[in-house]
Amino acid sequence: MTGERYDLAVVGGGIMGCAAAIHACGGGLNTIVIEQGAIGSGASGVNAGTLSLQIKRLKLMPYALKSHAIWREAGKAVGFRRIGGYTLAFTEREAEFLTERMALKREAGAPIRMVSLNEVADKEPGLSRSVVAASYCEEDGDANSSLMGVYYRHMLREAGVAFRERDGVMDITREKGDFVLRAKSGTIRAKRLLLAAGAWLGDLLPMLGSHLPITVRVNTVSVTEPGPPVIGSIIGHATGLLSLKQKSNGCILIGGGWQGTGRPAQGRGEVNANTLLTNLRLARHVAPGIANRRLLRSWTGYEAHVPDFYPLAGRLPGVENAFVLGCVRGGFTIGPYIGRLMGDLILGREPELPLFDPARFAPGSSNSTNQH
Amino acid sequence: MREDWDAIVLGAGPAGAEAAMTAASFGFRVLLIDEEHAAGGQIYRAPDHEHGDKGEGRELRRRLGEADVVCAFEHRVWHITRDFEVHALGPDGPMRFRAPSLIVATGAIERHCPVPGWTLPGVIGLAAATILLKTHKVLPGRRVVVAGSGPLLPFVANEIRQLGGTVVRLVDAARRRDWVGVAPQVLYAPALAMRGAGWLARLAISGVPLRYGHGLREIAGDGKVERVTIGPLSPDWDQTEGASETVEADAVCIGYGLIPSNDVTRLLRADHEFDPDKGGWVVRTDAEGRTSVPGLYVCGDAAGVVGAAAAPLSARIAARALARDRGDSAVAGHDREAARARAALAGKTIFGRAMTKIATPRRGASNWAKDETLICRCEGVSKGAIEAAIREGCATLDDVKVATRCGMGSCGGRICAEPVGALIAVLTGAHRAEIGQATGRSPLRPVSIDQIVGDFDYSDIPFPEASPQ
Ligand SMILES: Cc1cc2nc3c(=O)[nH]c(=O)nc-3n(C[C@H](O)[C@H](O)[C@H](O)COP(=O)(O)OP(=O)(O)OC[C@H]3O[C@@H](n4cnc5c(N)ncnc54)[C@H](O)[C@@H]3O)c2cc1C
Ligand SMILES: Cc1cc2nc3c(=O)[nH]c(=O)nc-3n(C[C@H](O)[C@H](O)[C@H](O)COP(=O)(O)OP(=O)(O)OC[C@H]3O[C@@H](n4cnc5c(N)ncnc54)[C@H](O)[C@@H]3O)c2cc1C
Repeated sequence: MTGERYDLAVVGGGIMGCAAAIHACGGGLNTIVIEQGAIGSGASGVNAGTLSLQIKRLKLMPYALKSHAIWREAGKAVGFRRIGGYTLAFTEREAEFLTERMALKREAGAPIRMVSLNEVADKEPGLSRSVVAASYCEEDGDANSSLMGVYYRHMLREAGVAFRERDGVMDITREKGDFVLRAKSGTIRAKRLLLAAGAWLGDLLPMLGSHLPITVRVNTVSVTEPGPPVIGSIIGHATGLLSLKQKSNGCILIGGGWQGTGRPAQGRGEVNANTLLTNLRLARHVAPGIANRRLLRSWTGYEAHVPDFYPLAGRLPGVENAFVLGCVRGGFTIGPYIGRLMGDLILGREPELPLFDPARFAPGSSNSTNQH
Repeated sequence: MREDWDAIVLGAGPAGAEAAMTAASFGFRVLLIDEEHAAGGQIYRAPDHEHGDKGEGRELRRRLGEADVVCAFEHRVWHITRDFEVHALGPDGPMRFRAPSLIVATGAIERHCPVPGWTLPGVIGLAAATILLKTHKVLPGRRVVVAGSGPLLPFVANEIRQLGGTVVRLVDAARRRDWVGVAPQVLYAPALAMRGAGWLARLAISGVPLRYGHGLREIAGDGKVERVTIGPLSPDWDQTEGASETVEADAVCIGYGLIPSNDVTRLLRADHEFDPDKGGWVVRTDAEGRTSVPGLYVCGDAAGVVGAAAAPLSARIAARALARDRGDSAVAGHDREAARARAALAGKTIFGRAMTKIATPRRGASNWAKDETLICRCEGVSKGAIEAAIREGCATLDDVKVATRCGMGSCGGRICAEPVGALIAVLTGAHRAEIGQATGRSPLRPVSIDQIVGDFDYSDIPFPEASPQ
């Protein structure tokens, strides 16, 4: 098989891959996205959908703010809701931590304020009365991650990006300067390559002789059956280990990054009963109003990170014309924006905000945790 | 109750109860779990009062009472880990049990083929109707249309008549000649065949209009069942031109055979296959009920719908396989008992498969629903919305689920997965194996958050080191 030739091949049809592909294509590159499952079937389609500035790291705040604007624009198509969010502390220690953190985030540009316990009790009667301190951010909200497949398929078509689903890339070689991707459906040639394979990045990089210190996490999310309104905003916990929200259909979504088990190469992961129960206990403690709801389904999704928990976003060290975008914590929030920046870099333009050069982990670099 | 067992059997129907007794007879400490209050499963459901307990069910419960099996009834299993830690919710709250071997005997679930009006109050499943009629002695209505396919049709119609109800029409999608076609296989279970023939004879004598090769066009009424329109079907179950009739009725019992319950085996990531002869998507087993997951065995209808008569046979085989795999010398080497059970099972299987085959919907059934007919009643997803998603590129059950929320409701996709899978196959031409099933997830059944978390103190919640902020 001879195979088609593209200006850019993107491996991975999650938010990162799609957002970058759409932007690069808009800049004139003939682009294809290759996805082993369905568009948005990885982390992008199974995450808790929280768009929260309160859980964003300081350095990522400008990116999150820009991204919120993109999600707002997407609006109904992604189930965007700007419903505000409370983060709660239940001990003095947690309160101290919360106050300190939120002050810094406020400085970084997020409209976060500490609020009175009366306000919390007033606005959210379904929550526990044992709250010790609370912060609020009006910008916080959520979107519907399960719409990512439908949304991005549509956006890719609109932009004129070619895409193939159920077509895993098994092997990547170089031939006369081109990348040759061997996929299930045949070979694809491209001048440039973007690896946006989410938690599978660690399996792909070796195909290019590259190794980066990637760790996989298996996050758990649960949903209850629908019922009358008990929570009106996004509820978080000072530790960052809980996210709670009621969707417009009345279901309550419970997340917080509690760890299940499994490995990306072996298919879908599984919940761990112990961490799931801990997650539910925390939710139950924070919001007694959900206690009598029935749990409908719990699931897991894979995400990845590197030791400094900052994104991998830039040129792949040592491989000309190859780029990598992944390991973005809170990537559902930041994805659409950082994807655009990545598109700019690939197009040879200067990104509006700096990216996070993977070279910081390349052998020989100082391996520092500072972004470049 | 202790936590650690040699073997756990999930489901106390004719299969699970038998498997538990067989495993116990080899000296294993066996725990048998069921959410019902007694053994018997769907077919030999224990009545609410002891004096009503008779026949095969009572005999099964008597034998189980004498066996060395510990039973955890009224325990709903909601999660099982890969190393067989079984999480259940019982009268005393959340429980965990562990065993190195697990036998799954969770039976079958009913198959539905949506037609306009199938979600109206007054429409119930054919299999669900058996429970209403047998256990509760309650009629679904006064004037009932009994429709669908398979051997439950004449059974349900008869029970309705015996309780004093009127069967307005008995509508069987299979044609008379389809029944004649399975006659040779039916003779492998002469007693059951005679029983079925008896039901039909009684219905005919009492003047119940039988419509073979027919299906429902529409169930209509103002907030409840009032009218049912019936029309002819082609051999492929397409609606054909011929004359249709509309009858008055206040209830409809409708169902199209059974599909193996596979939520547990999907959760445990065992290999599955699409085998129409066994009722559709079913866990892959060897001849002795071993799955692709070491230590996990399946028997009864969960291993392929073949009916209650075959259930104890496949159960004995699976329990013996378990004992042999665990190095039990009493069953090591040539297992004559198992060979006998396999031979007996073969006959019952031929009969059961024939019944499954005649009940299985053909292609045309996917066209019965209209655009606005709901396919997923939990989430209110119409056929039109599902078709649109398929046209947009959804090619697997998981794709459609994600795009439309179909199957995300409280039934866990038990009701809609079949019709959606069939619809994708018809529209895309793909084989059901490619379309796949939804990923297995917990909880297996909805459970109250309060009940599963139990009592706890906030200060005991183990917070791991939070990642950097
Ligand atoms: C359970 C969970 C909850 C989360 N909750 C939130 C939240 O509430 N808020 C928030 O902001 N962030 C959240 N996140 C993080 C966020 O979901 C991710 O950061 C983001 O979706 C990552 O997008 P991605 O495109 O990098 O990865 P993915 O969406 O995983 O996409 C990678 C894609 O690459 C494909 N792929 C892999 N290998 C190959 C190959 N060889 N060939 C072809 N295709 C391949 C995969 O199939 C996959 O679709 C959560 C993550 C998880 C897992
Ligand atoms: C609703 C229904 C009605 C039927 N009526 C008839 C009939 O009238 N005549 C006839 O010939 N055949 C009938 N059948 C078919 C017949 O029941 C089966 O052929 C036969 O019972 C199979 O036996 P089994 O042991 O494999 O499964 P079953 O008898 O179905 O037993 C499975 C058991 O597993 C238990 N279980 C499943 N999941 C869980 C869980 N998560 N936690 C705890 N317990 C669990 C169930 O409570 C059930 O008791 C019916 C089937 C169904 C589904």
